[in-house]
Amino acid sequence: MDHTEELIAEISRKFLSRIRSKESVYSVDASGLPYRELNTLLKALGNNGAKKIEVHGVYGQRYIGTGIDKKIVIELFGTPGNDLGAFMSGPRIVVHGNAQDCCGNTMDEGLIVVHGHVGDIAGYSMRGGKLFIRDDVGYRVGIHMKEYRDKRPVLVVGGAPGDFLGEYMAGGVILVLGLNSENKEFRARYVGTGMHGGVIFVRGEMNNLVSGVEALEANEEDMKIVDGLVREFCFYFGFDVDDVLDGKFTKITPINKRPYGNLYAY
Amino acid sequence: MKSYLSSEYVVHRDHERCIRCKVCVNQCTYETHYYDPEDDKVYSRDINCTNCQRCVVFCPTNAITITKNPNAYKENENWTQEAIVSIKKQAETGGVILTGMGCDKPHFTFWDRLVLNASQVTNPSIDPLREPMEIRTYLGSKPDRLELKNSDGDVLLMTELAPQLCLETPIMFSALSYGAVSLNVHESLARAATEFGTFFNTGEGGLDPRLYKYGDHTIVQVASGRFGVHPQYLDVGAAIEIKIGQGAKPGIGGHLPGEKVTEDISQTRMIPIGTDALSPAPQHDIYSIEDLRQLIYALKEATDYSKPISVKIAAVHNVAAIASGMVRAGADIIALDGVRGATGAAPRVIRDNVGIPIEFAIASVDQRLREEGIRNRASIVAAGGFRSSADVVKAIALGADAVYIATAALVAIGCTVCQKCYIGKCPWGIATTDPWISKRINPKIASKRLVNLLQAWSSEIKEMMGGMGINAIESLRGNRLHLRGVGLTEAECRILGVKMAGE
Repeated sequence: MDHTEELIAEISRKFLSRIRSKESVYSVDASGLPYRELNTLLKALGNNGAKKIEVHGVYGQRYIGTGIDKKIVIELFGTPGNDLGAFMSGPRIVVHGNAQDCCGNTMDEGLIVVHGHVGDIAGYSMRGGKLFIRDDVGYRVGIHMKEYRDKRPVLVVGGAPGDFLGEYMAGGVILVLGLNSENKEFRARYVGTGMHGGVIFVRGEMNNLVSGVEALEANEEDMKIVDGLVREFCFYFGFDVDDVLDGKFTKITPINKRPYGNLYAY
Repeated sequence: MKSYLSSEYVVHRDHERCIRCKVCVNQCTYETHYYDPEDDKVYSRDINCTNCQRCVVFCPTNAITITKNPNAYKENENWTQEAIVSIKKQAETGGVILTGMGCDKPHFTFWDRLVLNASQVTNPSIDPLREPMEIRTYLGSKPDRLELKNSDGDVLLMTELAPQLCLETPIMFSALSYGAVSLNVHESLARAATEFGTFFNTGEGGLDPRLYKYGDHTIVQVASGRFGVHPQYLDVGAAIEIKIGQGAKPGIGGHLPGEKVTEDISQTRMIPIGTDALSPAPQHDIYSIEDLRQLIYALKEATDYSKPISVKIAAVHNVAAIASGMVRAGADIIALDGVRGATGAAPRVIRDNVGIPIEFAIASVDQRLREEGIRNRASIVAAGGFRSSADVVKAIALGADAVYIATAALVAIGCTVCQKCYIGKCPWGIATTDPWISKRINPKIASKRLVNLLQAWSSEIKEMMGGMGINAIESLRGNRLHLRGVGLTEAECRILGVKMAGE
């Protein structure tokens, strides 16, 4: 603990010129700052009364948002590194740029909005909170998402996903819109393999299904969820709600809760 | 399809001794025994019996005896009973043969081929009953050098030390996940660890909030399924362990059978009730040493660098090189789980054929880290089938800092190693989440049994150390001159770094 306090003092001395503040709104210049120093600074500000922190010059720093348990707003300008919001519980992060791998890793609560695309395994094992990505996402996104009662994570992809979307999914909601992407068709393979809970909505049709899941046209009840998420998506990224909702949505769910129940001899 | 399999065991009941109290009927969760009111007699369905001995122990008149079914196939060293039975079972089901606990084959145990030293004439042995004997152990990264400052006669330590776990004995309780075992078992382990001053490991199924109060003596595990992993869970533990692999099933993930996923388990793991809890084989955010470093530091960032991070792997062929990478990735503790490590459920072919004996893993990892000059940067914890304090002493002499025990701990609270944990109806109330059966473990009594075991092993460790003329566990660690091999090949001696007896 002593070391952390020293570090904060040292960072404050060293980087005082980088911090601007006005009524609990802080602006930090992150250029050239290693991740541990930047995150110590963000944690110190975030856990001690800051309402909003704008971080400029973000360039690959990992773990931004990790270890902050307050519902503050963090706006990132640049490209945050891997594990953005890993184990995060609280903050609302807006990325003006792309994010890299493991975005929202094991996230517990909070919101991440990415005005760009993200890399592989975004939302790995999310337990709560929301992840909105304007463009495409990489492989194995939304795998192992979980839920319990009202704690239900949400992942919305504006563009197209890579293979293995929602693998091992045990809960939560994934919505794929297929907008603003070069991959207009839904080309991801192995969507929902090992899925045993949760739901994946896809705008349009879904043909190459794996065994163990079924695809049905979203019904009225489903469309209430889709409608809400599309509205939120359009609010963040400025798309037209009616345009996005135009057309049919497909709902992918597991056929049974024990996809590997017959694998073993007892 | 008619089954060609016959019962593995035969239950014999002495009807003259039997008083028809039906204790066996109630105690057997596999419904082996039943009372026939017409005959006023208790009978058994042998096919259901797993030889867990629950009924034998609880029968008030000692009326029950269980024996192996004498109807065996023709003796054959190659086509063993197990081989023939497995094939028939697979021909009938098409399934992967599941098993529980650790490898039950004799050929992997090298502890029995290592003997310890004792002082005679040339140096005195020490009597631990009357002289101080230090077995306290600190786990965590140690600095490369210490910087000291002299201030008015006091020596001040200027080097900042990395967070450490303090163990009053070099033995911890290994990972047993909530779901594989019941809350009562978790509580028993937590209470015993707290009382004795050591640690219990949550396993990968999360931790029930009712046990947060034992957090100072808890290692919380983060595995590929990320069950029950959230900021509070990480905060509550004294250390965090990233589980990459398990000795009983290296390279494969876990399937906690749906029968065990009850309401409580569903809540902690955040998966639907009755579903199999699937742990993927890899952690999909770790495909390399660099990625491991990324997760280690994610956990350090999440907990403000306040606790050691352990990384647990199954001992496999390149374990020394892998361990070197783990240390360089920032692991403060390296947990190695050998081929005899146990499990709640694993395919038997994997359990009995994949991985290497822990003895070789400890020796080669310790040696490699020393050669590379990084042994101080991480502690080594060995796991996988430790049966006695002698195994523990030998492991420390080979180079481990501490050991993990799980099977031994479960045996202490009732387990008889019948290997049927995956069924979820453990008659001893251990490998089950059934609320009714779980009550058979009373945390107050079970934790007492565990504390007694730790007490007994600690006393024995001190006796063995004293005999060697050693009064601090640090002097034993990696001290392979105190080991000699019996019936080992030259190559085995070389890898273990020990001489043959007589040399």
